[in-house]
Amino acid sequence: METVTITMKNPPALYLEADNVSPDAFAGKTEAQIAELSVHEGNTTTTLGKYFEVSGNAGATAADTKIIVKGDVKKVKYLGFKMSAGELVIEGSTDLYVGAWMTGGKLLAKGNVEGFAATAMKGGELIIEGNAGNYLGAAYRGDWRGMSGGKILVKGNAGSDVGMYMTGGEMVINGNVDVHLMTHAEGGKTIVKGNASSKVGGQMVDGTIYIFGSIDTMMPGFKPKGEVELEVDGVKATFAHYIGDMGERHKKRKGAIVYANLYKKI
Amino acid sequence: MTKTVTDVICPFCGTLCDDLEVVVSDDGKQLLEVYNACVIGTEKFLHSQAKDRVTRPRLRQADGTWKEISYDEAADYTAQMLAKAKKPLMYGWSSTNCEAQSVGNEIAEISRACCDNTAAVCHGTTLIAVQDIGLPTCTLGEVKNRADRVIFWGCNPAHAHPRHMSRYSIFPRGFFTGKGQMSRKLIVIDPRVTDTAKMADVHLQIEQGKDYELLNALRVALKGEWLPDVVAGIPKEKIREAADMMKSGRFGIIFFGMGVTQSIGKNHNIDEAIAVTKDLNEYTKFSIMPMRGHYNVTGSGEVFAWQFGFPYSVDLTRGFARYNPGDTSSIDLLNRGEVDAMFTIGSDPGAHFPISAVKHIANVPSVCIDPHLTPTSGVSKLHVPVAFNGVETGGNCYRMDNVPIDCRKVVEPPAGMLTDEQFLVMVRDRLKKLKGAA
Repeated sequence: METVTITMKNPPALYLEADNVSPDAFAGKTEAQIAELSVHEGNTTTTLGKYFEVSGNAGATAADTKIIVKGDVKKVKYLGFKMSAGELVIEGSTDLYVGAWMTGGKLLAKGNVEGFAATAMKGGELIIEGNAGNYLGAAYRGDWRGMSGGKILVKGNAGSDVGMYMTGGEMVINGNVDVHLMTHAEGGKTIVKGNASSKVGGQMVDGTIYIFGSIDTMMPGFKPKGEVELEVDGVKATFAHYIGDMGERHKKRKGAIVYANLYKKI
Repeated sequence: MTKTVTDVICPFCGTLCDDLEVVVSDDGKQLLEVYNACVIGTEKFLHSQAKDRVTRPRLRQADGTWKEISYDEAADYTAQMLAKAKKPLMYGWSSTNCEAQSVGNEIAEISRACCDNTAAVCHGTTLIAVQDIGLPTCTLGEVKNRADRVIFWGCNPAHAHPRHMSRYSIFPRGFFTGKGQMSRKLIVIDPRVTDTAKMADVHLQIEQGKDYELLNALRVALKGEWLPDVVAGIPKEKIREAADMMKSGRFGIIFFGMGVTQSIGKNHNIDEAIAVTKDLNEYTKFSIMPMRGHYNVTGSGEVFAWQFGFPYSVDLTRGFARYNPGDTSSIDLLNRGEVDAMFTIGSDPGAHFPISAVKHIANVPSVCIDPHLTPTSGVSKLHVPVAFNGVETGGNCYRMDNVPIDCRKVVEPPAGMLTDEQFLVMVRDRLKKLKGAA
């Protein structure tokens, strides 16, 4: 695997849209060719090399390419946009749309990321060592398909609307989440090790939520179904089981009505 | 002698009343009296006659004072500001006509700006919910003639849309609602005992920020499923009673306002309210309608959607329209320091935006087009006063139920004053030259 390191040298005055910083866009390119890739600051289009120092050539394919992003990229959007293979490591914190529409590969953000990370993610692995913003693994506006595959691990907290319209895949959040976890979800699994705020699983049709901490306010549409012993992410414990959202429409699978499941650790 | 102009449209709120009578002087230069309007609408008409009105553009000088300049100089300044900016924000549009909005969109496209209307701090969340699950709606005429179940959720028309209840929703005697108020049941959901709530048959005094839960509970009650004893501070028996009352009507309507669109839950509150409406249609006919604020905010959404495909928060910086509130919405753009020029028209973000966002307006080149002196004109570098739309010039506007109504000119603007559209055309033509656009 070849490694390309890009280091922020001239931070943008406004915000930078760097939707070409992905193993897919870099694959098969030399250092000089990578520096010529386009980036956008407001309505001006320039080159990656104007802002970043590029060192190293990319591999022949995305799978053979690893990108390391260094320096202050707090004002850079779309890192790892639509990546399908390879690796991307962001050493610090970054802005919106990290790993949005990613379908494969491994993306590691060592700092915090802002909203819309992993929008409509289909596959691959996203690890955020800091906090994630709002709409993590959610659908794009107006779409009914959020995250459908892959894995997300957030070591810190996540914002609101996490997993909105999620249809598949798995998310683990070690910290707390804000309101509207897995709203409208039709599948997938989210594990929250910390506390959840209110509106957990609202309008949820299918899928599973595990909460290890507290829930501020339960949704009235989630009906208690007793207690169960479960092993979740290596932890054996007793969970209170709820099904819902009883107010929402319900799917049928093999003739039986399907509900979303919410497990809260006791 | 005076003359009376009848059937005048009121350019204040989204109710867009069309039965005003305005008395003007014989030469058509002075507006003397306004009949049939609410107190706010009357004030809007009479304010055009203010003696201290600013009638020429003013440019802020280095020492903080204003210098009067010509419309030509103002158009030059505006065009140059937009041509230079990498990411200008063009905000407002809700208090001007559709014709001006359309010229504004041409300017936005040439300068590749972000453009947004007041829905960003108002019913924008409604528009997101509509994109997510659709909108079963109707016109206000249908409400007047048919509605026997009227729900006001998080809105207070008694003060914000003063003639809404007398013209459409509560008091009028319609074709199938011959007994007026007696033919309708009124449910109000509001944490406060507002003047609207005082009139209600049922007032659900909900805990603040729990609208989503209560809407969800209504859906559960409609399906006859299990409910916790208390939801959002309301006992479950009362929720079931309200659900039954809604079901038992022949035609129901949910009106909702800022109390649900801008409290916690935002678009999801509306999403759930639309789902309640959808569920109710299994039992009877039900509709839902946002109580739009500015008289032509609906029109601005229509013009944006017609020309760019999205109803607000449109980002044209890349040369094509993108939309994602949270990224492309005005307050986020300003708070995050993403824009380098601010163009405001027909709105007052200085009064309505968080102070952190207003501070950013003060830090960048800015133009404010507004007939009034506002907090926004106060922080802007250039203030361009224009004729009052709907008073001194006509133009197309959309009522809250998406019905287009042409506003009427009733009086002449002060000599030499331009309308929004005339000034925007001057800016557009200059910008075309600067950008070399065809």
